[in-house]
Amino acid sequence: MSRTRGVLALLVLCALGIAAVGATAATANKSAPTKLTVWVGWSARELSVFKKVTAEYDKAHPNVTVDVLGGINDDKIVAAIRAGNAPDVASSFNSYDVGIYCGTGGWIDLSSKLKSSGIPSSTFPAATNYYTQFGGKKCALPLLADDYGLYYNKNLFKTAGIAGPPKTIAELTADAKKLTKFNPDGSIKVLGFDPFVGFYENTPERWVTAWGANWLDSSNKSILAKQPGWSNWMKWLKSYINWIGYKKLVKYQAGLGDEFSASNAFEVGKVAMNYDGEWRVAFIQAEHPNLNYGTAPMPVANPKLYGSGYINGTIIGIPKNGKHEAEAWDLVKYLTTNTHALAELSNGLRNVPSTQKSLTSSELTPDAHFATFLRIFGNKYSSTSPITAAGVSYTNAVQNFATKWQAGKVSNLSSGLAKLDSQLDAMVKQAGGGGVP
Amino acid sequence: MSPWLVGFSVFFAYPLVMSAYLSFNHYDLLSSPRWVGLANYRYLFTVDPQVWTTVKNTLWLIAVMVPLQVVFAYGIAMLLARAKSGVGVLRTIFYLPALAPPVAATLGFVFILNPATGPVNTILAHLGIQGPLWFQDPAWSKPSLTLLGLWGVGNTMVIFLAAVLDVPRHLYESAELDGAGPLQRLRWVTLPTTSPVILFAVILGVIQGLQYFTQAYVAAGVASGQASQAGDVTAGTLGYPLDSTLVYPVLLFQHGFTDFQMGYASAMAMLLLAVSFGVISIILINSRRWVHYGGAAR
Repeated sequence: MSRTRGVLALLVLCALGIAAVGATAATANKSAPTKLTVWVGWSARELSVFKKVTAEYDKAHPNVTVDVLGGINDDKIVAAIRAGNAPDVASSFNSYDVGIYCGTGGWIDLSSKLKSSGIPSSTFPAATNYYTQFGGKKCALPLLADDYGLYYNKNLFKTAGIAGPPKTIAELTADAKKLTKFNPDGSIKVLGFDPFVGFYENTPERWVTAWGANWLDSSNKSILAKQPGWSNWMKWLKSYINWIGYKKLVKYQAGLGDEFSASNAFEVGKVAMNYDGEWRVAFIQAEHPNLNYGTAPMPVANPKLYGSGYINGTIIGIPKNGKHEAEAWDLVKYLTTNTHALAELSNGLRNVPSTQKSLTSSELTPDAHFATFLRIFGNKYSSTSPITAAGVSYTNAVQNFATKWQAGKVSNLSSGLAKLDSQLDAMVKQAGGGGVP
Repeated sequence: MSPWLVGFSVFFAYPLVMSAYLSFNHYDLLSSPRWVGLANYRYLFTVDPQVWTTVKNTLWLIAVMVPLQVVFAYGIAMLLARAKSGVGVLRTIFYLPALAPPVAATLGFVFILNPATGPVNTILAHLGIQGPLWFQDPAWSKPSLTLLGLWGVGNTMVIFLAAVLDVPRHLYESAELDGAGPLQRLRWVTLPTTSPVILFAVILGVIQGLQYFTQAYVAAGVASGQASQAGDVTAGTLGYPLDSTLVYPVLLFQHGFTDFQMGYASAMAMLLLAVSFGVISIILINSRRWVHYGGAAR
């Protein structure tokens, strides 16, 4: 009997011991913070700004630790999703591949989470709502936005006797010619303006907003040949390049500094006016704080469009098969809708805050240069590029055509654009798995 | 199972079979493959406007760059074989570029051939010559890549050097006794004796030409001025300038890893495999007429 009692007592002790260890482990697990990995495109100075904001979130949320990795692009994100090593939260510098992320389910649909969190679509401006969805799925949210405008060198303007920034394409052309200076051997000394497709931020999608040209009809078919804005922009582009000389321009560009460096052509006065994104304000502040410059909306072909511009921006989402979906959503929600976080990011990166509320946040540091871009963002004619299943290759195909045109390699613009329309429709069909239309 | 069989299955047979299978599927890397039959091949042959551009560029490199590389490497090997002094230093100098990583070498060439700031055009300008736009000009971009290719022929040169030095002396002596001059000795002794090595270099060069990627990819990105953008998409700069450096493997890469159309990229890969097989077969069959193997049997 005593032996039986002894065995029972031992079993009870063991059971209690196991329970105690289990409870301790459970407590430890509960208190151990969840590690959230976040991949973003920013690097160097910009990455440190983003990390500062996530550190604030980290501090306020003891249940998670946020691990940020910068310098990421879409190729890396897709490769990681495929390999099953995707981060909990991923961010892309632009929306070109939203059609792929939403269409394939690579990034999860956030619609139900937005609904359960009480975040209506009106939280975000219309253009950003457009470029964060595809095929009825809202798989991304805007994390700040980019828009584009004109940067002009006030000293060079004064020397050339130009009072203020141009507002129309005709004024832009005249001012650019006045500001362009040539060396005795005929080479370019200072360029008034460089609209060359492929130079810095010059891409078709950013340019055609100034002509008010559309991309797609109601059935999502390409209509570039039917939109006079497209051919008018290209004709102007060609005539401007011809005035300078194609080869002369190419040679001049080859000697200009990298866009994202302190040798940027506008920052060092080699280009008097430049088409650029709002982030340049922060770059100039960091690299050439004494540069005497101004910002303005891009000149337009149709006066009613003045004040508008091209909008795109960084997006953020949750890759599929994530292990911490709830925590990831909470962080995404914070970064994309918290006015304080957006204002702080905007102040540091000088990107446009991407909710209606944050656009007027009192926390935004006033800056006359940057204020131009806030106004462009709010302009009702500002627009973005189409989101299609073909991803970035869609706009690249248009850029490819434009570079051939500006080099004089397209003999007939109308038939060239019509052929491009067919090509774009075929690309979308092929990207959806349809093959030849 | 032998280690060889494991390696063959994992690194060759499986990828080959999967590529063949995926070429008949729509596969975007993120969702499951979906059977589409011959749709990818139809798009490849009848719609994709860039495919024929890449075929032309790739053929240009094979027709111009590969023969030049072989001739240049052979010429250097011949000169080195005849050098009387400083042979070791000269061999090292000519071989050294082959050790440079392709990316670094390409970056260096784009820099020295920069039409505005590069040393080559600066020197030409001092001589009163207006240098070309090199990597910025579609007419000069492939010749620029060819110069890069010639600079890095060290590996082929070393193989040729070994072959040339291996030619039996008595063949030269016999030819000399028959009154053969230097060119005749080259034509009737050196070339036939080293012809198996020349065939090897030609086949290797053609395969490398068909798979030419790194130099074209890097040169386009750097010369376009867009390579330094952190996180930016690179597809817009591929083939710069004006698709002149857009070779077949670069387009394949673009479709597979930038457009995420791996099914279509697999179809392109299968076509490349078939073309490689065909071209190499033609060269091998043709080689029976000009390659001389030592001994009775070929």
